[in-house]
Amino acid sequence: MTDNTDINKEKKTTTHKIGIYLWIWGLLFVLSFFSYMVDWYQFQGLLRWTLILTFMFLKAGLIMAFFMHLFWERYTLVNVLLWPMTAIACFVGLMVAEGKYTVFTRFIYFVLGE
Amino acid sequence: MDQSTLDKLPKGFKSIGSDFGTDQTAFKGVQWGKAMMWIFLLSDTFIFSCFLISYMKGRASTVVEWPNPSEVFALDFMGVPVPLLLIAIMTFVLITSSGTMALAVKYGYEKNKKMCGWFIVFTALGGLTFVGMQAFEWSKLIHEGVRPWENPFGAPQFGSFFFMITGFHGTHVSIGVIFLFIFARKVFRGDFDKGKRGYFTTMKSDYVAIEILGLYWHFVDLVWVFIFAFFYLW
Repeated sequence: MTDNTDINKEKKTTTHKIGIYLWIWGLLFVLSFFSYMVDWYQFQGLLRWTLILTFMFLKAGLIMAFFMHLFWERYTLVNVLLWPMTAIACFVGLMVAEGKYTVFTRFIYFVLGE
Repeated sequence: MDQSTLDKLPKGFKSIGSDFGTDQTAFKGVQWGKAMMWIFLLSDTFIFSCFLISYMKGRASTVVEWPNPSEVFALDFMGVPVPLLLIAIMTFVLITSSGTMALAVKYGYEKNKKMCGWFIVFTALGGLTFVGMQAFEWSKLIHEGVRPWENPFGAPQFGSFFFMITGFHGTHVSIGVIFLFIFARKVFRGDFDKGKRGYFTTMKSDYVAIEILGLYWHFVDLVWVFIFAFFYLW
């Protein structure tokens, strides 16, 4: 289906200006620096978790969208890759509930004994 | 499929139905190797997710205090313990190598053999540095008495999660480094310009292989973003 000349034509759409890569690279450095600062200044509690998650998702999004070219990729592929992530999110939700239950029963056990 | 046919294909949401409804090639216009690498990475995502989720469950359900990562992974610099110093350097090294890989892909598509090859070599060196620092970190913790079943800092589960997660990630980096060197050699030899055949295939080599290699390498960096956030910072 794809002979060599066609591959060459596809290629033209996959090259991008160097500026975009350097920008993303710089942003990743800055975001990593910020997430390190979260630990450096020892932020605690909700603020810490929010900051960690924000910087993490921003970094992950930038890497996937631009370094891994998903931003320019065919929409079908993008959907096939990203929708399964909702299953992981569900799994996380289930295990958070499960973890709370386990620690609850352990405390009960330690307080009341056998 | 040539560009004019590609342009006529439906875009956006409509493309999903039409791509899967044609009973032949899904992901039209996407080179097959790239689609396969993406599907492999998706399955790898699930493996790493399972590790991180089990770590979350283990940490959430232990009644013993979890070791404080910013003290456990602190490194003495001129006699002062700096929290997470090594981990921060490792993060920056890996991001640097991710950037050089992105440039290698770019130069590959421009058929700039020299630049592409050198940037792959830089990426591989970054990866080697990362694995080296990880080996140092592991031996340091092992000397301090961290084992998969116990450690002097707190909850005994800490060690098993640490070795499992960072070990699996380190293995990915090591495999990536090996392939980066192999592909650097292929680039310098001009395999992708001449369309030389690969080891296991009768198909002609093409610079799209560099993008596929890049996908793997960026994924390794991506996983580290999550490990850094959840294991070291949380």
